[in-house]
Amino acid sequence: MFVPVSSAPTFKDFTLIMPAISVGNVGQLAVDLIISTLNLNTVGYIHTASLIPMVGNNPYATSDETSTELSTNAEVYSLPEIKLAVLQIRSPILQTKYRQFQNLILTWIKTSEFSKAIILSSSHAYQRDDRQLLGTPLRYLLTPAMQSIVGDNLQMMNWKKMEKIAVFPEISNTRQHLYIPGGGITKQLYNVCCSEGIPLAVLLVFCSEGDNMPDAFVLINYLNEWLHLVENACDQSSNWKIPCSWRLLFGSGIPPALF
Amino acid sequence: MATFFGEVVSAYSRAVEDGEDDSEEEENEEDREIRNEIQKKREVHVHWNPEITNSIDTSSAKAFQCSDLILAAGPNAAGFLSAFVLSSGSWETVGSVTLWNERCKTTANQQLPAGSSCVFHRPTNKPDVLICQCTCHVAEDQLFQWAEKVLGSIQKTGLTVTVLSDCSVAEYKTPDSVSTIPVPFLRALKTRHYKEAPHCPLLEQPNVITGLPAAVLSHCQVFGIPAVLYQCYSDVVKPDSVTMEAYKPTVSCRSLSSVMKLDSSESVDILKKLVRVNEAQSNLYT
Repeated sequence: MFVPVSSAPTFKDFTLIMPAISVGNVGQLAVDLIISTLNLNTVGYIHTASLIPMVGNNPYATSDETSTELSTNAEVYSLPEIKLAVLQIRSPILQTKYRQFQNLILTWIKTSEFSKAIILSSSHAYQRDDRQLLGTPLRYLLTPAMQSIVGDNLQMMNWKKMEKIAVFPEISNTRQHLYIPGGGITKQLYNVCCSEGIPLAVLLVFCSEGDNMPDAFVLINYLNEWLHLVENACDQSSNWKIPCSWRLLFGSGIPPALF
Repeated sequence: MATFFGEVVSAYSRAVEDGEDDSEEEENEEDREIRNEIQKKREVHVHWNPEITNSIDTSSAKAFQCSDLILAAGPNAAGFLSAFVLSSGSWETVGSVTLWNERCKTTANQQLPAGSSCVFHRPTNKPDVLICQCTCHVAEDQLFQWAEKVLGSIQKTGLTVTVLSDCSVAEYKTPDSVSTIPVPFLRALKTRHYKEAPHCPLLEQPNVITGLPAAVLSHCQVFGIPAVLYQCYSDVVKPDSVTMEAYKPTVSCRSLSSVMKLDSSESVDILKKLVRVNEAQSNLYT
């Protein structure tokens, strides 16, 4: 459930951006960049049994004063001036609780009356079919409700829609279905939002596990082309401020005795 | 993806697991029944003594009054409290938590023996203080329930929570090499409403806490309960007197100073006894 920090914030007509826990954690890294760059404040927590508990000190700290605020595994940030709300999820969903988590998010989106929701996700690069191996690794998907809001804007920017894949790849004349391997709850959430008439967009990038910081930049710049959250500088990676929690992503310092 | 020998290997992802897409849609009635049975078996049960149960039943908030809850998670934290807090004065056992998971050696719905349990103690002269020693493993899917059921039985107003927890120094991230840091050492985390200054440095980014301390601290942060966590990073995972003594700086903490007795001679004896229990393992050669 959503628990506000102080007085209950209003999200009516806001845009919600949230990550899917997907390959490379790219959605979550991209959301980190939004929160860090726009200096968003925590307005509430998603308190749920479906996520593994985790706490730490403020991952976006810029000074000693801001360093001591406790962060939990699912927090909501907001910038009312541009009607933006951002949900960050920092720990995995429990194996048996996928459906419960999905329903929780869906209910929250409906009761908060967001005007639209955008989910940032990723998919296994090694599972691409022949067409997807060429060109841009970025894809989008829109629910019918979102399509009626957005219209042609994304196609006019030459964005590529996520292709449907044959259910049995080597056999011709099989039906096609949506396949997002490594995307976590992306596909299920998209399908449910289609049937419930919720305006949802999925933005995803094909990637592999490893140092996924560059993939996060690629995905966030893709989103920025549409939403214009920050002004475009010449070097696109300098649009965004890297949070202090991105240090030591690959472990502690090296023991000096190693050399 | 294909390897050099031509076999196809699934790439491992730290974020998602293979085959999780359609697993829930293929469930039938029997699967659901099995899943429900497993969930019931893994439920966390909190038992209070009749006096506390009565306080809970008769209060409008369905919770009893407590000013300080001190929780020790891990054998060294529990050993520290045994040696420096529970060894003096008169204490009564007022409650316990029973749960079952694959790593827990006892079954649910039984009073667990001390040494592998979550037990609540209270000083007879200060009924507002509650100490909990938790040395059993609480599984990931049980953590939230544990925190909700225990903290849900206690009234939020006037409550302060102190958590002592063990952790391996291998989990600590620092720009210097972990091998160059003197261990054991303490780090603290506190919720927004906790106003006292912690008695050791705060946990630096990007370190995070997981497990029972995380579940308790999350609950306290979300519901505005003042809480502090003292995490002891050590290179020894078994009960160890040096690690237990590393918790000594927490004695200045208001919650602990009211119940703690730093009488060295008695405490040292108790520490030795606690550690000896674990040394009684046979060597391959004896």
